Amino acid sequence: MPDLLIELFSEEIPARMQARAADDLRKLVTDRLVAAGLVYEGAKAFVTPRRLALTVHGVPARQPDLKEERKGPKVGAPEQAIAGFLRAAGLTSIDQAKVQADKKGDFYVAVTEKKGRAAVDVIAEIVPEVVRGFPWPKSMRWGERSAEAGALNWVRPLHSIVATFGPETEEPEIVRFEVDGIASGNETRGHRFMAPGAIKVKRFDDYVTKLEAAKVVLDPARRADIIRADAKNLAFAQGYELVEDEGLLAEVSGLVEWPVALMGAFEKEFLAIPDEVIRATIRANQKCFVLRDSATAKLVNKFILVANIEASDGGSAIVAGNERVIRARLSDAKFFYDTDLKNWREKSLEERLKKFDQIVFHEKLGTQSERIERIVALAGELAPLVGANAEKAKEAAKFCKADLLSEVVGEFPELQGLMGKYYAEAQGVDEAIAHAIEDHYKPKGPDDLVPADPVSIAVALADKIDTLVGFWAIDEKPTGSKDPYALRRAALGVIRLILDGNIRFHLLHLMTHPLRFSTVHMNIAMQRMLKTLPAEYNPEITERMLRLGAQAEEIGSRLRFKAAAQDDELVVLKSLLAFFADRLKVQLREQGARHDLVDAVFALEGQDDLLLIVRRVEALGKFLDSDDGKNLLAGVKRASNILRIEEKKDKRDYTGAPDTALYQLPEEKALAEAINVAKSEASSAVTKEDFAGAMSAMAKLRPTVDAFFDKVTVNVDDKALRENRLKLLNEIREATRAVADFSKIGG
Amino acid sequence: MADADLRAAAPVRQANLDPARSFQGLILALQEYWANWGCVILQPYDMEVGAGTFHPATTLRALGPKPWNAAYVQPSRRPKDGRYGENPNRLQHYYQFQVILKPSPPDIQDLYLNSLKAIGIDSALHDIRFVEDDWESPTLGAWGLGWECWCDGMEVSQFTYFQQVAGFECAPVAGELTYGLERLAMYVQGVDRVYDLNFNGRSDAKRVSYGEVFLQAEQEYSRHNFEFADTVMLFEQFKMAEAACQKYLADGWNADRSRHAMALPAYDQCIKASHVFNLLDARGVISVTERQSYILRVRELAKACGEAWLRTEGGGR
Repeated sequence: MPDLLIELFSEEIPARMQARAADDLRKLVTDRLVAAGLVYEGAKAFVTPRRLALTVHGVPARQPDLKEERKGPKVGAPEQAIAGFLRAAGLTSIDQAKVQADKKGDFYVAVTEKKGRAAVDVIAEIVPEVVRGFPWPKSMRWGERSAEAGALNWVRPLHSIVATFGPETEEPEIVRFEVDGIASGNETRGHRFMAPGAIKVKRFDDYVTKLEAAKVVLDPARRADIIRADAKNLAFAQGYELVEDEGLLAEVSGLVEWPVALMGAFEKEFLAIPDEVIRATIRANQKCFVLRDSATAKLVNKFILVANIEASDGGSAIVAGNERVIRARLSDAKFFYDTDLKNWREKSLEERLKKFDQIVFHEKLGTQSERIERIVALAGELAPLVGANAEKAKEAAKFCKADLLSEVVGEFPELQGLMGKYYAEAQGVDEAIAHAIEDHYKPKGPDDLVPADPVSIAVALADKIDTLVGFWAIDEKPTGSKDPYALRRAALGVIRLILDGNIRFHLLHLMTHPLRFSTVHMNIAMQRMLKTLPAEYNPEITERMLRLGAQAEEIGSRLRFKAAAQDDELVVLKSLLAFFADRLKVQLREQGARHDLVDAVFALEGQDDLLLIVRRVEALGKFLDSDDGKNLLAGVKRASNILRIEEKKDKRDYTGAPDTALYQLPEEKALAEAINVAKSEASSAVTKEDFAGAMSAMAKLRPTVDAFFDKVTVNVDDKALRENRLKLLNEIREATRAVADFSKIGG
Repeated sequence: MADADLRAAAPVRQANLDPARSFQGLILALQEYWANWGCVILQPYDMEVGAGTFHPATTLRALGPKPWNAAYVQPSRRPKDGRYGENPNRLQHYYQFQVILKPSPPDIQDLYLNSLKAIGIDSALHDIRFVEDDWESPTLGAWGLGWECWCDGMEVSQFTYFQQVAGFECAPVAGELTYGLERLAMYVQGVDRVYDLNFNGRSDAKRVSYGEVFLQAEQEYSRHNFEFADTVMLFEQFKMAEAACQKYLADGWNADRSRHAMALPAYDQCIKASHVFNLLDARGVISVTERQSYILRVRELAKACGEAWLRTEGGGR
């Protein structure tokens, strides 16, 4: 069967868009082929900076013929109906229709046969459609045609299109079409500098070979392999080790058609800069790899660049040029680093932190100073709960954002925390504090390490809880895929810190703290702003102040100063707690726990101690795996169902203690007694946080519950008796709430 | 094609005009190359601007259907980038070489590469790359897609296909090339400090360095921009330029707003406002939130000027 080859040849496609574009091209073309009845055997797409290519293997030469039947009116139907049917079916006379019979009698059927078209004609329609609708993240118009409406949009100017189709053994034909003045053909070009001439191509294998001869490696994975292998060899030959970097490798592979790895060097004196800063400088600005000494794991004064040409001088001019740029960048970095060190040594922390008074963290959440104050207070409160020294935790919290004012972090935001630690160490601060400065951003993701030092934990928790509460208070929660402040990550961070550190505390209490704090700040901020400048000085500033003031007022009144403030505060916190529950569910599900069990525990009043919740969920899971657990669950569910139905019917609740005098059957009395015993045993076990104990107390209910349902009829005519028995059922439900809300448990 | 033309047309250059050793030689070579191709060679605009793009020959001429090909040097002022002459490559005043080609010719990338050849950058020896860099000017209400052009890892030019200017779609699209002249010269001259550049290409007693021409200015203007620029006056000037721009725009329209007669003078005031804002920004008297609102005000002016320009001889059909 024939193969299809497509190449879209353009000016340089941004590296970050290439992989996705290749994928899109494959999917868009093959989906349309299949929809057109052209089921192919295989397809693969490739991309270089200048071309998107697709090969589809084993495409049928023709579409299958299609037979279509259209049901018409009954035989003998009015003429109008018949005429309408003929028109719709494209027939000229009713004699062309067949007659078929069903229960209701004979009716007409029009059978039309649609001949399959040649695949090459179908493809000639599909490809222009795909090109016109291609989902580039950003696209543009160019040249003379851009003056006209409906001009083609492409990521960068599109120059030519190759489209050939044919079986392996024959000369393939060109799939003829035109997109915005570009006619398809069988001609492409090689490397921009090393083989710029035109190349005629036939099919995929021929295309790949000819491109390779024209200094173009089509497959991005192969380019990456070449770079990786060559870079490692270059490093190895000098006794060094390549610092591998997959993200950089992918980007660099997207910047060259013919990768040539070369090694350059920089002055040894730059090694006084921390390794991370050197790496960030060389990576971000120059897209080069760094090398390390395999024995010490420290960086060496070498780097590897990837050029796009085999230069006529063997690359020495290219290396020299890159070295000059890297030297300039590193001397900038060194200047930044030295300036920071000097500032840290010479100016007191307080003096430097004053700058944060002027820096707004978020319009509605105040300045960085105010934020830091909140984190300090919260870290102080958290410290005893996580076994940290409160003074140290507060000190670390105060320092923790200071490096945001540094030159290096200004240049490379990804080094925040780390630079703070280096500068704090240079200043000679306590080791635990220095570590907390670096680690308070952690864990940054599901695979990041969780800090273990108590001071780090206190600051990490305080930072995240303050952020979460703040954004909840101003109603900037994550929605759908939008989470600009990474609040999901922050919540997951809190959860992991708590679970990994075996930390016990009531989240609600801790969340109330920054909430009050930030609200108060808001009002102070408003007052201060309104006072600072004379109103007539600058109407714009005044207007801004009033606007901010109004916002502050709005939040203030929403949270604190109206009668309903307390309730609203609770709403905010409940919503945040529910968010934690969701995150916890995600986390536990990943570890294999049942999420309905998490719901069953969260449904209980006052569950805001994450560690206890997890222990409860674990105990519940084990219990429900046992026969006792399963049967008890069935019994409780039965009681709940009956209650639900009857409560709905009678439009009332059956809560409250049953009247012991009304018990008639021994099973009723036995159940009531068993409930009392179970309740008190379970509750004392819960108090001791012995959830397994609480579960086994519950398990003792099982025989009496079973016996009750066996022998006792609930819905009797005697109203008082019926009410009492319903109340007894309610007692079962109530008793089990000591461990979980069984109604939330599935199965 | 352009290559052959260039060779035929290029006169024998004196050694002191060699772009590889003379800053002014570099400028002359670029001018000659683009003049040969058919560009109008303009002189710098006689106002303070932050980049060559602000020159009406780019901002306004990029709008409207008429073909337009021009090249010029534009002294560019970035008050915040001053370093008192102490940084080897940061300047508050530097030269850009600007080329604007409307509509963007199909071989514009080759034209650019040949211009590098004209100043002595051989693509068989150097690694020249087009690295994604999209351009946006919030003050001009303009954006485009393109690249920064790298030579051996150093950014030497910006290459942009203008999609929108002053809030209007470019139809047709113009291609803009901006060469950072000092950087390019440092590269071809093999110099690490901008002030060491050979300005006139002489190696005898007549040699003049970039530092001799500009170092004092860098020191004085850094002082001015960061410490002494009169902010009360500047705030006032901003308001005046804004008001004047609005006034000329209003006065320039004919009765049914089908023609405009003063788009260029109005646009001068927009440029003025933009530069004054940059100075205020360098003085640190504009807060983060106000910054946004100033940028917005300049953009409003630019948009209104663009709208007026489209109703003039140069901007219309």
